[in-house]
Amino acid sequence: MTTTESKTPDLTTAPPRLPGALRLGLDRTVIELKTFFRERDAVIFIFAYPVIMLGIFATVFGDQTIDFGTGTELDFAAYFLPGMVATGLLLTSFQNLAISISAERDDGSLKRLRGTPMPPAAYFLGKVGSVLVTSLVQMILLFAVARFVFDIAMPGADGWTTFAWVFLLGTASGAVCGVAFSSLPRSGRSSSAVVTPVVLVLQFISGVFFTFPSLPDWMQQVAALFPLKWMAQGMRAAFLPDAAKAAEPAGTWELPMVAAVLAAYLVVGLVLGVKTFRWRRRYDG
Amino acid sequence: MTSTAIRVAGLHKRYGEKQAVAGLDLEVRTGEIFSVLGPNGAGKTTTVEILEGFRKRDSGEVQVLGTDPQRGDRHWRARLGIVLQSSEDRPELTVREQVHHAAKFYPRPRDPDEVIAVVGLEEKAATRSRQLSGGQRRRLDVALGVIGSPELLFLDEPTTGFDPEARRSFWELIRSLRDSGTTILLTTHYLDEAEALADRCAVVSSGRVVALDTPKNLGGRATRVARVRWLEDGVPHEVESESPTAYVTELAARFDGEIPGLQVLRPTLEDVYLSLIGSKDER
Repeated sequence: MTTTESKTPDLTTAPPRLPGALRLGLDRTVIELKTFFRERDAVIFIFAYPVIMLGIFATVFGDQTIDFGTGTELDFAAYFLPGMVATGLLLTSFQNLAISISAERDDGSLKRLRGTPMPPAAYFLGKVGSVLVTSLVQMILLFAVARFVFDIAMPGADGWTTFAWVFLLGTASGAVCGVAFSSLPRSGRSSSAVVTPVVLVLQFISGVFFTFPSLPDWMQQVAALFPLKWMAQGMRAAFLPDAAKAAEPAGTWELPMVAAVLAAYLVVGLVLGVKTFRWRRRYDG
Repeated sequence: MTSTAIRVAGLHKRYGEKQAVAGLDLEVRTGEIFSVLGPNGAGKTTTVEILEGFRKRDSGEVQVLGTDPQRGDRHWRARLGIVLQSSEDRPELTVREQVHHAAKFYPRPRDPDEVIAVVGLEEKAATRSRQLSGGQRRRLDVALGVIGSPELLFLDEPTTGFDPEARRSFWELIRSLRDSGTTILLTTHYLDEAEALADRCAVVSSGRVVALDTPKNLGGRATRVARVRWLEDGVPHEVESESPTAYVTELAARFDGEIPGLQVLRPTLEDVYLSLIGSKDER
């Protein structure tokens, strides 16, 4: 301490090395995961939700089957699984980030971080990392319950490939849309009241709880404007036997369209997220 | 190192109709505790947030550690410590987790466990912030503010909600930081806090500095007339005097010894402060 004054000029010409964004992104991921799994609300209504819903639906409709009119019959539980996969991804990416970032903005966490030398990229890397880990663990749990409790068949290699890209694209677009949407709630306290109904309505109109073709035409058309319908469709392509595509509105899985819609949401969400992101509350001036 | 940590000249900031800061000038020397006093809405928080780089100014010159805060990069931020006014964030993380995590942002952090000990939270290190008392949370805020060994520390209303004992030990902590070379900008409502801690203080009213001096001399406090009070035949007397010592000597001679009920009163910091902010219109 006593000799620093004579050394000071060196320090200003050669500033100390700052920790890198990537390493800090990892640290942020760990902190985000700890925070997420310590909040009971988040664990039940975001992480465990698809597993709970699968359990309820598979139990209630356990003895029913769906006939695709092509001689292929499918257990309702098996038909229901892809919808729960898509829902789980939407929750862990979109709902999770929209609520948590909105709350962090309101309680001053974001402002505090902005006052440190942490690079903003590290914050977003931490969010991405935690969403990825959370949704992967969620999927593993969901598949384990589906396979071992409800005896639902898992897809083959082709199915897993489809799952992989729909998972990545769906989670990424859900996450960036969640970041953008987080600016909408007026306060942290209102954030889950604003976000949850949006997600719930999407679940109903996107054919997550019912077979999609059984929804009215106009509802199918509205749902087609939002990503959940396409994520569910992509997941059905991954998990259901090929013959099941006869029941889709187009009679095929429309995978290129699934990719296009999710990619469009990724781009739009990214642009909106970057434009609207604030480190401080709206009324902070 | 420059001898000036913060230099502000002609700072202006307007929100819609309201001129929050109206030509504010300020100079904080390296190594001092500088206190900013003023009523709510005087422009204190706006000014401090401009210095911290959170807000943009409309006009004026601002240099914080030789850098314009609007152009402050990560290297500049690494030299600052910021303790914001309110904190309810990160309720699910423990004291230790938060301090260790924050240390990773800085190129030359202090030892996290040492910092936890310095703010007196050793016993609470494994406690989540949700379970901390208001005073303990403030201590955690300070720990997070000093973890990067800042050259300049901003403290905004640090002891709101403290009990008297907690405040005293908090003041000791702030003094020890100053003694180890940290410059501190303290915003506070409490005049006794400014008096106890500050080397110099500025009174801000209507977005301007209306007085700037040591707490002892603020507003001509030391040279203002004193009031001498005593009892004579059971009746209270009071005289204003510019030379109270001479007056008391005179009295002592008259009473031939002890003067009953003797008091010599100088204006308190509060008297001076109230007259300063009262003399300027609130808006």
